Amino acid sequence: MDEFRILSATAILGYGFPISSFEAGLARKPHLIAVDAGSTDPGPYYLGAGVSFTDRDAVKRDLELMLKAGIPAGIPIVIGTAGGSGGDAHLAWNQAIIEEIAKEQGLHFNMAVIHAEIPKDDVLKKLKDGHVHPLPPAKQLEAEDLEQTVSVVAQMGIEPIIKALDAGAQVVLAGRCYDPAVFAAPAVRAGFDKGLAVHLGKILECASIAATPGSGSDCMFGYLRSDHFDVEPLNDIRQCTPVSVAAHTLYEKTDPYILPGPGGHLDLRQCRFEPVTDRITRVSGSKYVNAAQYTVKLEGAKRIGFRTVSIAGARDPILLEQIDEIIEGVTERVKDNFKDRDIKYELLFTIYGRDGVMGSLEPVRKVAGHEIGIVIEAVSDTQAHADTICAAARSTMLHYGYTGRRATAGNLAFPYSPSDFHAGEVYVFRVYHLMDVDDPCAWFPMDMVEV
Amino acid sequence: MTKNITELTNIIRSKNSGPYELTMDLMFNSAENYHYVSENNIINTDLICKLYRITPDQVIGIVHFEPAYAIKVTIVRPICSGDLGETDVYGAQQHAPLLSIQVDMPD
Repeated sequence: MDEFRILSATAILGYGFPISSFEAGLARKPHLIAVDAGSTDPGPYYLGAGVSFTDRDAVKRDLELMLKAGIPAGIPIVIGTAGGSGGDAHLAWNQAIIEEIAKEQGLHFNMAVIHAEIPKDDVLKKLKDGHVHPLPPAKQLEAEDLEQTVSVVAQMGIEPIIKALDAGAQVVLAGRCYDPAVFAAPAVRAGFDKGLAVHLGKILECASIAATPGSGSDCMFGYLRSDHFDVEPLNDIRQCTPVSVAAHTLYEKTDPYILPGPGGHLDLRQCRFEPVTDRITRVSGSKYVNAAQYTVKLEGAKRIGFRTVSIAGARDPILLEQIDEIIEGVTERVKDNFKDRDIKYELLFTIYGRDGVMGSLEPVRKVAGHEIGIVIEAVSDTQAHADTICAAARSTMLHYGYTGRRATAGNLAFPYSPSDFHAGEVYVFRVYHLMDVDDPCAWFPMDMVEV
Repeated sequence: MTKNITELTNIIRSKNSGPYELTMDLMFNSAENYHYVSENNIINTDLICKLYRITPDQVIGIVHFEPAYAIKVTIVRPICSGDLGETDVYGAQQHAPLLSIQVDMPD
């Protein structure tokens, strides 16, 4: 085989793609249809709560098109980081969608479901043996953090996916997965260079984001050959230029030359980007360097309570000048009011129009405009306690008597009734560490399912 | 002649690089503008510290990437993404102070 062709459906499964782009991809006779389904960008809630940040109907729509095209044509379909976060709950959610489509469309195939959730006891044992390391600026993991973490997932590399394809899977549904692996694994299995395959995977996992104009909801096509690869957008309005493709290498990464992943890193210091046509760009010189010790990245979130928020605005210029004093006064009043009750809580005020977007990084340290938006946020051990603290802060702030006040009828403008909202469970990332492993497949058990 | 950075770039953006880091990309609109800003070390640690009110130990790196005519700045997130007090989970709106950079260019 001298060319391995890959159709990337969309940047994240469920973000959608035009059918015309997808058909243009099929016309190029791909050896693989693959898609990345996850990200940590939407924050810790989705991993912790076991729910997807993508919509079920949207995911089903994308998968239906991929399965209906790929299964009859015998093209393998590989999906990574199922359900957005790749834990067992996310995997089961995505598996049910695939089985529903197969039933409705009368499709039959072998599907490998690869788990990526690591039992906490095993992580603890690895931690005690010194095989779990922090990824700076994160701190070392403590046993206590682990205890409070709901579940831990690990990012698999290409090896478990290759194993699944070797076992005869036509569809591979992987839990938490290094984003490029779903594209790179089948290509490496077909005998292509790992550096080029992983770099191509890095570009394809974001689909058309590397084109200009970029899009997170359009297809992209890759041609991998012995000493280079070409990328081509499948929508006539887009181009892949050397600058647009090189620019993508920077996206969401700290160092564009050295890109670490499971078991090693991609070295792009000798990488070249050249135009083939005005729409196709050629990339060469990407190298993969294996690490002495294979590591996988662990991710875990813990629940810290429940959140209630109240949204309001303020327009009074005298109030705007006193906003710090008011927040301090309200905080003190609420604390005093519940000092005899056993409620542990955090009370926060976000002031839009001052530093609501940038917080401590904001260089402008005053209210510059004529109005502000206020989000009052209470987090406590139960939703009822969060409600209590939020309501107390909201009513206290509404009638707080600040210096120089003229408007004695109320300090806040509420856009809604009710003014307070349940934001539900609150999770935070607590595990973001590397774990040494001896066998890249051992922690990622596979079920082979006949669909 | 003093030029605003927006006259020299096509893209100025910010995003999380994992939950503990914030990374900013400045992509220049020509090889000349990239080389001028890069060779004169205009995007430096002192400037970033001033723009973001941080100390030098919070600047993880400033990398010059010629293939994309880009300079990348990565800093420690004030808090881990989604922790209590978060204001920008994706880190997508932290680039704004960069837009105020003024560059002295030869006439």
